[in-house]
Amino acid sequence: MSWRRIAAVMRKEIVQIRRDRRSLLIILAMPLAQLLLNGYAVNLDARHVPLCLYDRDRSQASDDLLAHFRATDSFDVVHVSDSYADLVAHIDASACTVGVVIPTRFSERLRTEGHAAVQALVDASDSNTASLGMGYAQGIVQAYAGGVQLEWQQRHGGAAAASTIAFEPRTLFNEELESMANIVPGVIALVMAVVGSFLTSLTVAREWERGTMEQLIATPIAPFEIQIGKLIPYYAVGILDTAICAGVAVTLFHVPFRGSWIVLFGCSLLFLAAVLSLGYYISVTSRSQVAASQFAMLTTFLPTMLLSGFIFPIDQMPRVVQWITWIFPGRYYVSILRSVFLKGTPASLMLEPIAGLAAIAMILTLLAGRAFHKRLA
Amino acid sequence: MKFRQALGRIRHLLKKEFIQTLRDPHTRFVLIAPPIIQMLVFGYAATMEIRHVPMAVLDLDRTSESRDLVERFTGSRYFEIRMPAASRQDLRDGIDRGDVLVALEIDSGFAGRLRDGHRISVQALVDSSNSNTALVALGYMNQIGARFAQDYARDRAGRIAPQVLMTAPQVALETRPWFNEGLESRWYFVPGVIGNLMMMMVMTLTAFAVVREREIGTLEQLMVTPVRRWEFIVGKTVPFFLIGLFDAALIATIGTLWFGVPFRGSVAVLGIGIVVFLFAALGLGLFLSTIAATQQQARNSAFFFTMPMTTLSGFGTPISSMPMVCQHLSYINPLRHVVALLRTVYLKGVGLDVLWRDLAPMAVFAVVMLSISILRFRKSLE
Repeated sequence: MSWRRIAAVMRKEIVQIRRDRRSLLIILAMPLAQLLLNGYAVNLDARHVPLCLYDRDRSQASDDLLAHFRATDSFDVVHVSDSYADLVAHIDASACTVGVVIPTRFSERLRTEGHAAVQALVDASDSNTASLGMGYAQGIVQAYAGGVQLEWQQRHGGAAAASTIAFEPRTLFNEELESMANIVPGVIALVMAVVGSFLTSLTVAREWERGTMEQLIATPIAPFEIQIGKLIPYYAVGILDTAICAGVAVTLFHVPFRGSWIVLFGCSLLFLAAVLSLGYYISVTSRSQVAASQFAMLTTFLPTMLLSGFIFPIDQMPRVVQWITWIFPGRYYVSILRSVFLKGTPASLMLEPIAGLAAIAMILTLLAGRAFHKRLA
Repeated sequence: MKFRQALGRIRHLLKKEFIQTLRDPHTRFVLIAPPIIQMLVFGYAATMEIRHVPMAVLDLDRTSESRDLVERFTGSRYFEIRMPAASRQDLRDGIDRGDVLVALEIDSGFAGRLRDGHRISVQALVDSSNSNTALVALGYMNQIGARFAQDYARDRAGRIAPQVLMTAPQVALETRPWFNEGLESRWYFVPGVIGNLMMMMVMTLTAFAVVREREIGTLEQLMVTPVRRWEFIVGKTVPFFLIGLFDAALIATIGTLWFGVPFRGSVAVLGIGIVVFLFAALGLGLFLSTIAATQQQARNSAFFFTMPMTTLSGFGTPISSMPMVCQHLSYINPLRHVVALLRTVYLKGVGLDVLWRDLAPMAVFAVVMLSISILRFRKSLE
């Protein structure tokens, strides 16, 4: 092994990175743009569910009930319908997710028969928003019913009030239930995975396509020297990106950081080793840049978004898909990042994901090393 | 005559393009296998349903009432009691280790307070590092608690004063979930995956195809042939259009046959939507190829667009809960419209009278992008 040769490859790679200013800019700006966008746009809490009202009763009681719906920020009243068909049309056109219908004789039945029903038509195509929306509606109607019952009991001096049970949730780690705190670790992993494998996925394929690989082969350099020399500069860029992401998350978005920076950067190094080697492996095995780029997309962006637990909880996936998630480094990294940021878990309690990450990083590095041959065609 | 010559030239270009794309076994593989694999994996992975939330319970009251409440949790499919807890420390440890997401502590005196009609608060520790899961779990808990209190009150009222039960006014909410009665989140996500996959394939492939010619230097050779610019662009885009159409048909079939997502709309409407969207994706790909000099730049720029487009598409998170600025911004995003259109065609089965609202912006986007690309393409050659 010759450090001089490694340094030479490194220098060449750095020159190439610096020459393509725009790509470098994109690589450094992308994390920032992603964080800003996700920070502001992604909100998993489904507040402000669009709501349509249709009051067929038009009584004091129905007004009261609808006032409850208007008062909460769980719903946004977007439309007041004057016919059933109009309400259905709004649901069909996705203008509202929930349509509340108060039937005729609502107040009369409540007064004389002692029970009345309200209808909620729900566009359940988005099952998640639908179930949250139904929960909110249920809560609002319960609150209204509670008020009606209390009033009734006071007037009739009936039995002692029924007790109510409230769960006093103490939410740990993310006290405000902020999506942001939840999303930032995922975004960091996503950006790192993409940047990491994208940076390297073209580096060898490009040399093949342009014919410069033949020149490299003619030199005395060993394959692993090329690998080390080509990867180190990208390592540096990747770590810089991690630092930018983490810094912005903590300072601009006030995401709590409760763990240790050493653990964060240690694990980021492992994760980068995994994704950079993956990119390198892809680059070595596919000799065209198109194929390399598609493979990199396939193995990093989508898995890190969908199979890492970033958006979709892993423990809710079918068993087989849960096994598949084990082979993607993003899964471990997201769970480590969440723990480090929100929980402040010490490394000793995260041995499992750290070991998983390290194992994958090692396997990918070895694979990438073995795949590269200094042979023509 | 002129037109026929043009058609002839385009035919040759198409032949060249198909040979070039399908020659390389890697690229061939990339065209067929990934969409299928991704559709299968993500069809299974993309579920937001929250079931069997792992929980721990510490029952300090040990009465039939408290046991009854705990049974309501174990009996529901939403929670699963994973560990016995003997102390408060156990609860905290379970949460810290990530073994459970919810830890419930029922204090002694629970039953007594329940009988006296007090307001009872039950302590619940919730791991909210995933705020969505936490919120949904809290919702389930409150539902279980409300039902428990209601049933208990009714039982007791029935024992003490039957007439109270007869006349205390009750208000019920009847919920009717439409279009997705079983609240299957897969039904919602699978159509979205189709849109995302199409965009990734078509946009990047188009961008690459043009830039590669420029990078290798064959673009200049092409330009000294009688091939006109628009002919070149048609020749470049048609193959990817067809590939995109093929992939879309493939994954749409998987979505319906494999995942059982109901298809309630008309195939024609679906076809129109996909074709318009493909034009938008092609336009964007061409535009990227005019601003990139190398394939690496093309790819990086493609990514710069893809990520925000995915975020603002409503694929993963509902658009209605985004801030107003982002909601407005998302209107120019063709991915947003195709995802909405696919979902609506699949689940609601409504026709063009409603869906033109998604088709029109996509069409405008496609026309604008294609025009800009053709204009810029001229300049970029000179």
